[in-house]
Amino acid sequence: MTGKDSQPAVSTRGVTKTFGRGDNAVRALKGVDFEARCGEMTMIVGPSGCGKTTFLSVICGTMKADSGSVDVFGTDLVHLSGGKLTEFRGVNVGFIFQQFNLIPTWNILENASIPLLLQGRSRREAEGAAAKLLTEVGLGNRLDAHPRQLSGGQQQRVAIARALVHEPRLLICDEPTASLDAATGHKVLELLKASACREDRAVIVVTHDSRIFHFADRIAEMEDGIVKGVHGAGEYKPQYV
Amino acid sequence: MLRLALKMLYGDVAKFVMLLGGLTFCALLMTQQSGVFCGLMLWTTSTLRNIKVPIWVCDAKVEQVNEVVPMRDIEVNRVRSVEGVDWAVPLYWGIIQARLRDGSFQGVQLTGIDSATMVGRPARMTAGNVDDLRLPNAVIVDQIAIKKFKRKGIDLHIGDTFEINDKEARVVGICYAEQSFLGQPYIYTTYERALEYSPPQRKRLSFILVKPKDGVPPEEVARRIGGIPGLAAFTDEEFTNRTIDWYIKYTGIPISFGTVVILGALVGIAIAGQTFFLFVHENVRHLAALKAMGASNTLLAEMVFLQAFTVGTMGYGLGTGLTAIFGNIFLKTGEPPFFLPWQVLAFAGSIIVFICLFSAAIGLLKVIRAEPAIVFR
Repeated sequence: MTGKDSQPAVSTRGVTKTFGRGDNAVRALKGVDFEARCGEMTMIVGPSGCGKTTFLSVICGTMKADSGSVDVFGTDLVHLSGGKLTEFRGVNVGFIFQQFNLIPTWNILENASIPLLLQGRSRREAEGAAAKLLTEVGLGNRLDAHPRQLSGGQQQRVAIARALVHEPRLLICDEPTASLDAATGHKVLELLKASACREDRAVIVVTHDSRIFHFADRIAEMEDGIVKGVHGAGEYKPQYV
Repeated sequence: MLRLALKMLYGDVAKFVMLLGGLTFCALLMTQQSGVFCGLMLWTTSTLRNIKVPIWVCDAKVEQVNEVVPMRDIEVNRVRSVEGVDWAVPLYWGIIQARLRDGSFQGVQLTGIDSATMVGRPARMTAGNVDDLRLPNAVIVDQIAIKKFKRKGIDLHIGDTFEINDKEARVVGICYAEQSFLGQPYIYTTYERALEYSPPQRKRLSFILVKPKDGVPPEEVARRIGGIPGLAAFTDEEFTNRTIDWYIKYTGIPISFGTVVILGALVGIAIAGQTFFLFVHENVRHLAALKAMGASNTLLAEMVFLQAFTVGTMGYGLGTGLTAIFGNIFLKTGEPPFFLPWQVLAFAGSIIVFICLFSAAIGLLKVIRAEPAIVFR
């Protein structure tokens, strides 16, 4: 189920965010209207400094908007307190970072089980689920390995397993292919698409990488703190590169 | 998560070793130096333990046990007349030069005990018989005398002689005595003979040793004796505390040792605080990622405090363990002095706890201030 008949997962109206004050104030978001739907992979693209990362931080609840509404699966994040927001992220959001952010002193099984451990699940249960996912992403025989023993592509696969282990409804990916070569980037996106895009789940990817645009169901183009336009798969031709 | 917090700590081997080394060094320095200081303070009161009696009477001007202001012999009878006194005997104590066979001199602590009762006699004889002190020119020497004489090439045995103030002293026994702060050996003889050995003076009674009657508190008897004009009386414990207080107040010893202890604590704070801050600083991106994934500030605080207190406990254990080894080695040789009361361990423990709290707090500030959104930058 993709397209206009699917449920909205993320919906924002008039989101603004300003950093600094007075003469030094920088208006990063100037009233962003945006929608991402369940079962879709939505990419947010745009030139450097257009506000993509700030907007991503706002919709995943790691940063508060100054004004506007941020609705994620029916919850208005603007009005959630710090503790509730942390809890919301822990249950509903999975993260894939550009630099992977795997903890180097923990093995990949421990890294992948973090979200479940943070929810208070037992070690056995968390590691069982993480081992299953790591096997699915092709790392079942490297569970004891530490991140530094893996290639960039393998590390990103661990990050995917970590992002999905607690079955979040919203998957947030920040430049997931930026640290990878083209072939590995393609494999990671294929894996992401296969394992994450389900009808009850939305995937939002912020990227500069035009080589992966064809994986998107929709592409929201940002410029100067606003969403300039939304394009369907294959329609978008990058202007800013 | 707490198990993983410890893995994070142990995983950064360089910083973990640095932290552990800093805290171990800090705990070692604090406990070892305090132990030597306490041992030294214990030495200042060794006379009180070598001559174990409930009450010590001295001139009112005396401030501590290693100081003698001579009294008249008749003071013994005045003390005996105080209500609650069971017995009172004279004691001579003074530092005097002994002349050895080879003509060299050795300072000794001459201790003259009451010949009738032998009160104040050495508690542990290693050779000879204490009753032989009643023989002509008889003295009993301690193990330190044996050591010191040997250093000068003289092997001292029972039957050997040396001179004190041009008078012959014949060794009739060897005893064990606790070493004193002054470091000179104890030579025991009778009170009357001690007066013969000592240089002539109008007053020569150093102390009066007193035992209260059964059921009468020593403090009460000491208070009554203290009422006699010109005399002061202290229980064994009071005199010990008074002597230690005097050395703390009027000598530079506590400043010297205190400086090292403070430096130890400061080095610990500097090394552990800085290293732990660096450790958290380098992990702040990972901690922020955990925060983004749903870790609360409380959980992160628990993780940081667990890391700080784990390395603190290990450092404290290693530091005090090394101090214990040091103590065991040097207690056998007797020098330097060493005594490690529980208060020193508690003090060092509280400093380590403070260092851990301080280190964790500065690290934690960094973690709490970290926006989870930094993981996207």
